[in-house]
Amino acid sequence: MASRLIPSAGQYLRLASRLRQHVRTKATAPSPAATTSEGAPSGGRGYSFELTDEQREFQDLARKFAREEIIPVAPHHDKTGEYPVPVLKKAWELGLMNGHIPADCGGMDLGIFDTCMITEELAYGCTGIQTAIEANSLGQMPVIIAGNAEQKKKYLGRMTEEPLMCAYGVTEPGAGSDVAGIKTKAVKKGDEYILNGQKMWITNGGHANWYFVLARTSDDPKMPAGKAFTGFIVDRDWEGVTPGRKEWNMGQRASDTRGITFEDVRVPAENVLGAEGVGFKIAMGAFDKTRPPVAAGATGLAQRALDEATKYSLERKTMGKYIAEHQAVAFMLAEMAIMVETSRLLTQRSAWEIDQGRRNTYFASIAKAYAGDAANKCATDAVQIFGGNGFNSDYPVEKLMRDAKIYQIYEGTAQIQRLIISRELLAKAKQTQW
Amino acid sequence: MWPIFDYGRFVSIISSSDVYGVVWMRSLAQLHKMANLRVLVGVKRVIDYAVKIRVKPDNSGVVTDGVKHSMNPFCEIAMEEAVRLKEKKLAKEIIAVSCGPAQAQETIRTALAMGADRGIHVEVTGKSIDGDNNQTGQMTAALLDWPQATFASEVTKENDHLKVVREIDGGLETVKVTLPAVITADLRLNEPRYATLPNIMKAKKKKIAKHKAADFGVDLTPTLEVVGVEDPPVRQAGQKVESTEELVAKLKDSGVV
Repeated sequence: MASRLIPSAGQYLRLASRLRQHVRTKATAPSPAATTSEGAPSGGRGYSFELTDEQREFQDLARKFAREEIIPVAPHHDKTGEYPVPVLKKAWELGLMNGHIPADCGGMDLGIFDTCMITEELAYGCTGIQTAIEANSLGQMPVIIAGNAEQKKKYLGRMTEEPLMCAYGVTEPGAGSDVAGIKTKAVKKGDEYILNGQKMWITNGGHANWYFVLARTSDDPKMPAGKAFTGFIVDRDWEGVTPGRKEWNMGQRASDTRGITFEDVRVPAENVLGAEGVGFKIAMGAFDKTRPPVAAGATGLAQRALDEATKYSLERKTMGKYIAEHQAVAFMLAEMAIMVETSRLLTQRSAWEIDQGRRNTYFASIAKAYAGDAANKCATDAVQIFGGNGFNSDYPVEKLMRDAKIYQIYEGTAQIQRLIISRELLAKAKQTQW
Repeated sequence: MWPIFDYGRFVSIISSSDVYGVVWMRSLAQLHKMANLRVLVGVKRVIDYAVKIRVKPDNSGVVTDGVKHSMNPFCEIAMEEAVRLKEKKLAKEIIAVSCGPAQAQETIRTALAMGADRGIHVEVTGKSIDGDNNQTGQMTAALLDWPQATFASEVTKENDHLKVVREIDGGLETVKVTLPAVITADLRLNEPRYATLPNIMKAKKKKIAKHKAADFGVDLTPTLEVVGVEDPPVRQAGQKVESTEELVAKLKDSGVV
């Protein structure tokens, strides 16, 4: 029998290091129990699509939470824009938030693969609520990558002690894709930096306990981007930090996006991440770890669209049969299924790559680009399958369509992703001897 | 047919279906002795309650291959009650036990993630799903000659007894049982908690002891043979009537009234 189901200590440690090697496909029928694979999860044959028992438990927990806690309240938060504090608190209590805080700061040290798995399940419930959770990861990532021991303990530690939120502040009213064009300035004065500027579209902006802020520290306009910016940790409570009003967006309304104004904010030098000048690299490095989860969120939305459309198509009749029995609709469902499975596989590959310790920029961009487009197409098709009902707010699919759009915009627009992919592709091609 | 455990002080909470547990405790329980209670919770891996059950084409049973299985919801309720007893410091140790195939260990792991301290897996090959037979708890109590309180919707400790409110057809019945006792859980006993992610991770390190039925000298030769399983008859469509008079007339016509 699969003796790996009760691992000895040695086996457990080996398993834990191989956890990241698992890539799984999700068939529409639930997968049978894991008696199929013997010993090492990959069966010694390279790739494996098998989840470990522990991963399955995580997934079950997230799935149950999404269905029992998120789905019932999602429409309310969508209509009112109210920040979902009770749901976030419950998610925090169950360990569904802040998964990749290192163990020495009180976190669970989850890899990106496991995070993506959980994220997809939560996003199935509501991507607005899931984005609020994800923004925590995005804000924390620069600290996890580049923070020193004191910064990690101080700012990551507190996230595990209380259900706090944080935010990633890079985008400005005048600069989104053009990160190198941001204008927020930090001027060194003694052992402090004086921060001035405006950030915009900051998720969790109104509820964050602290922000990661990218600011320009070099006066020289010719200084390359890789040396001109610095990353700071800025406390919400400091004088001069003013979150703006909650912005009313097309979708993901449960999430809180605001402009933040920094006016002569005094940031102590100990809150500089890494060192002065390396901020740009840190900010970009965070994306390699957060783009896969964003792709996972888009996959969750696409899966929800597919499930809702399938269910409806087996209930609604037209011209004497269920609409699912009309090939036009059946083919739409098939296309949606193709997109969902592909999104998932791409997300899993990009997550797995970074968990191996490799640079995953190429895969992360592909995953995010594809998943964003797939989510939009699936949501639109779901509304189409629902017909007139799909256009109506009493049915769940119009929300999906509104929520999906942002996946082609935030965390790197669809166009920026293509820029990155083509650049990576061409760089590799130049090194290849054809 | 149930393994016999170490002498100690056990209290068992079990599901109302066919999972059971054993309670074994030194009598003369005093308050501080109650705190040394051990609770044995039976957990069963069954077809997930949300799945539509289908009968196999040859009518030999229900389809289980490729079908989602999870812990019987009543076992979750039993586990939750055990965890609450431990949190109230009325129980010292919770042991989750399951008789079933290798996959039963997943169910035991879920119980460990909910708060059980260790697990016991008795490997029983062959088919085993919940038949809703409502026998296990009662049979266990009878075999051991212990008091039983089934369909519990509330369990409280009173000195050295347990006071159990039972849901019966006519309403609620309150019984007092001395320990050791067998208790089976009903729907309204509690609302099971989620296993938290950190607890799921910790559960990996908790021990599950593996046994075979033969280890306990138990003979698994079945004494019952399932001859056939069928779907219930398809429900006939009803009729709509316009008024109460018409309803009464139709009922009279069909000979019902």
